[in-house]
Amino acid sequence: MTKPALQALLSHWWRNPVQLFTLLAGLALATALWSGVQAVNAEARASYDAAAATLGEGQYDRLVRRDGQSMAQETYITLRRAGWLVSPLVQGRLDGVRIVGVEPLTSPAGVGPVAVAEGAEIGSFLTGRGQLFANAETAARLPDLKVIIAPETAPGAAITDIGVAQRLLGKEGQIDSLIVLPRQPIGRPDLAQIAPDLMLQPTQGGSDIARLTDSFHLNLTAFGLLSFAVGIFIVNGAIGLAFEQRRPVVRTMRALGLPLRRLIFLMAAELAIFALMAGMIGVALGYVIAALLLPDVAATLRGLYGADVSGTLQLRPAWWLSGIAIALGGAAIAASGAFYQMSKMPLLAAAQPRALAMAARQRAKVQGAAAAVLLAVCTVLMFTADGLIGGFALLATLLIGAALALPTILSIALTAMKRTARSMTAQWFWADTHQQLPGLSLALMALLLAMAANVGVSTMVSSFRVTFTDFLDQRLASEVYVRTQDAAQSAALQQFAATRADAILPIQSADTTVAGQPTEILGARDHATYRQFWVFLQNADGAWDTTFAGETVLINEQLSRRAGLVVGDSVILQDTSFAVAGVYGDYGNPIGQVVMSEAVFAMLYPDISPQNFGLRMAPSDVVGFVANLEAQTGIPATQTVDQASIKAISIAIFERTFTVTTALNILTLAVAGFAILMSLLTLASMRVPQLAPAWAMGMTRRQLGWLELLRAVMLALLTALVALPLGLALAWALLAVVNVAAFGWRLPMYLFPADYARLAVFALLAAALAALWPARRLAQTPPADLLKVFSNER
Amino acid sequence: MLLSVHDIHKTYQTADGPFEVLRGIDLTLEAGETLALTGESGSGKSTLLHLIGGLDAPDRGAILLEGQDIAVLDDNGRAAVRRGTVGVVFQQFNLIPSLKVADNIAFQARLSRQHDPQWAAALADRMGLGPHLNKYPEQLSGGQQQRVAIARTLAPKPHLVLADEPTGNLDEATAATVMDLMLELVTEAGAGLLMVTHSMALAERLSRRLNLRAGQVA
Repeated sequence: MTKPALQALLSHWWRNPVQLFTLLAGLALATALWSGVQAVNAEARASYDAAAATLGEGQYDRLVRRDGQSMAQETYITLRRAGWLVSPLVQGRLDGVRIVGVEPLTSPAGVGPVAVAEGAEIGSFLTGRGQLFANAETAARLPDLKVIIAPETAPGAAITDIGVAQRLLGKEGQIDSLIVLPRQPIGRPDLAQIAPDLMLQPTQGGSDIARLTDSFHLNLTAFGLLSFAVGIFIVNGAIGLAFEQRRPVVRTMRALGLPLRRLIFLMAAELAIFALMAGMIGVALGYVIAALLLPDVAATLRGLYGADVSGTLQLRPAWWLSGIAIALGGAAIAASGAFYQMSKMPLLAAAQPRALAMAARQRAKVQGAAAAVLLAVCTVLMFTADGLIGGFALLATLLIGAALALPTILSIALTAMKRTARSMTAQWFWADTHQQLPGLSLALMALLLAMAANVGVSTMVSSFRVTFTDFLDQRLASEVYVRTQDAAQSAALQQFAATRADAILPIQSADTTVAGQPTEILGARDHATYRQFWVFLQNADGAWDTTFAGETVLINEQLSRRAGLVVGDSVILQDTSFAVAGVYGDYGNPIGQVVMSEAVFAMLYPDISPQNFGLRMAPSDVVGFVANLEAQTGIPATQTVDQASIKAISIAIFERTFTVTTALNILTLAVAGFAILMSLLTLASMRVPQLAPAWAMGMTRRQLGWLELLRAVMLALLTALVALPLGLALAWALLAVVNVAAFGWRLPMYLFPADYARLAVFALLAAALAALWPARRLAQTPPADLLKVFSNER
Repeated sequence: MLLSVHDIHKTYQTADGPFEVLRGIDLTLEAGETLALTGESGSGKSTLLHLIGGLDAPDRGAILLEGQDIAVLDDNGRAAVRRGTVGVVFQQFNLIPSLKVADNIAFQARLSRQHDPQWAAALADRMGLGPHLNKYPEQLSGGQQQRVAIARTLAPKPHLVLADEPTGNLDEATAATVMDLMLELVTEAGAGLLMVTHSMALAERLSRRLNLRAGQVA
């Protein structure tokens, strides 16, 4: 019984390859979008993990000098003799590669080459005879050194024995930091007694780089989820239509004696095989997407956060599994409704495609009710959502609710259009469009989500850019920034600049904990620059005056939100209490920040001297100043950066970010366009009986073809009108809820009407392109086929 | 006794409330006997045929097919009856459009594991379908498609053939040819035939006629 039934089921696809293509392509594209974005994220995260494993970042506390300088090797020996279980670390750059020196005998497990590669000589590594470990990409950048290929090593880093690293980096006898092993002997002397110039830098529970780049990854993940949602709608549409088209065959097979359970089992098995095939194609496609995006993503992260991510992609087994699981899961979700309907469908139910409309009317009621409930929950969440889970629940209810409401909204709009239509052709057009709605609604939902995602993510990224550019103006107010290497250079710079710059603004900072939050303390010199450029989100009168007078401090938004501090509250710094006089925006900073006067900073942190300086001067004086600085003080031009170039670099980084999001935008829109194409192609075969009467009553096939095209564009236009407010609501939810919950700062939202108009044009073009082929096919339907509709012989 | 129907009742829920379409029908049919079910539209002819064919279940009453009450069977049991004992010829042909004519003819017989290639070939020949075996249903005329449907029904050698206005979609000449062939083959096989028809001419060609009116035997 199984063999002939399976043969009959499969023969449908053999005879209808376009439908099979629709189904496979829908599943494959949904998988590709999801797995592509996830692969980029996973690859970047794997790079951070490798970096963290290599350097012990995020795993172990470290000892560093308070002034940030290297420490003498003797300090390490003193600590070891005193009983401290520490391991030295040296790092620096050589030909653009981060050289990391570790001491294999004392370093904790997991620090150093993750897996010793084939051909490595442990003896050489231990005895410091010059062996380095790096991945292939990094090794190629060190042609003059003997490098053992260790694929798990962090991208852009080479690991070696500390002695080799000191020699290569010219840091003989110096150590940058000491890794503190987790289990320390009881009763060892206090750090302040044996190494007072060192401070303990506690672990932050994760790689610093990973924390910094979480913002970027959250955006990509949100995009991945939206893409997946678009994909699920496509899959749902493809599977729903495939079931609908086979409804008559299903009825016949049941009438001829095939039990329902066997039929459902066979169709589920058939679908699982297709999902498996499509999943594999999807993962491969996703790999291509990820490979195309990764160089840009890697460059963006490197530029934006200094995070080194490999520009190449590894095809990981987990990636295959998750992609295929997504395809199978997506198909199961999409098919469950169709299987349920089939199990409940009476054997004698109408088998014609008209049943699609009848069943759709029932579904529309349920769908409309579900949409109303979801949007009501969404409205409540808009006022109450707090935290990441609440934020994502808000996003989910908003998007799914709006998508489910779309057919009802379009139905109301089309009914209104039909009422206003005067000519018979127009009335028929709107009525016929209304009738097409059930078959197209899933594709239109996919288009709605794709457009809303475009509007939402573009608004968020563009708002981020505008805010950040303004923020750069605030934070990069000085015309020149100089970094000095030691106190002597600092003194030379200040002496040289005293008569040449309008103002010298030292930038000095210390890391501490305020109200339980990791926080950076900044000491600022009293100058109009701060009053002029820094923008407060909330402040007391005369905030700068009282701060520069040493009476108050200013805090960033992150610290304010996380510690619940507002203007008027107090913070304790080095046992001294300060009132908070203002809260300022500090976009992109993962930790809290406190600004205090230079004098108070010097009092609280006497060991820290500034090694970064902002210099105010006329922009036209910058070039001459930098040239003379090198000539007269020996501070090289490489240690100076002018404001214009920093801004140019920042803007370039944003442009690259835009490249990634634009690529994803175009991809999502293209996929939605594809969904429309597939739906129209699938529906085209059912259209002949509906178009034949119009043709018989005098409309030409060419006219009918044009009207098909117009119909797709009109539906896309109506969908775009719904997508715009939805996209803006999405952007608001991302900026005001998700971003605040994830990173502690809220971005102002800006609107970009020109971008939205361009997007609408793209969507209409996508719909028109999608409708072109089906419309052409309909326009060329042979009269004999149209006549068959009226023939008794049929 | 091939078929014995006792006190069959069936009610459908409609927009205007429950509608009792069959109100206590009784009938019998011997093997080799042919019976025409006639009556006005809505009289319950097709419903009765569907119940006897195991396509639906009655609300009350018994349908004894070769002594087995199919009214009490579940979906699987009724499916077994449909593939084995009973064969149904539909007005709309209900062929599987993606299978070739030869595969359509063999389909039900293969489902019931009673496929006899020689018998299937003979049926195709008798029906004049020999030159069309490699075609798809859409390449055939309505009359040819109905002949494929009849061949498919007879291929598993059913004991009872049910036909729901089998020539309703065909012109007069084609209908006569198709009918001749069906009666000839059913008689040869010694099967019973129960046919729903509006045509008195066709009904008169069968051995008995039962007229239904408002869900009851008139």
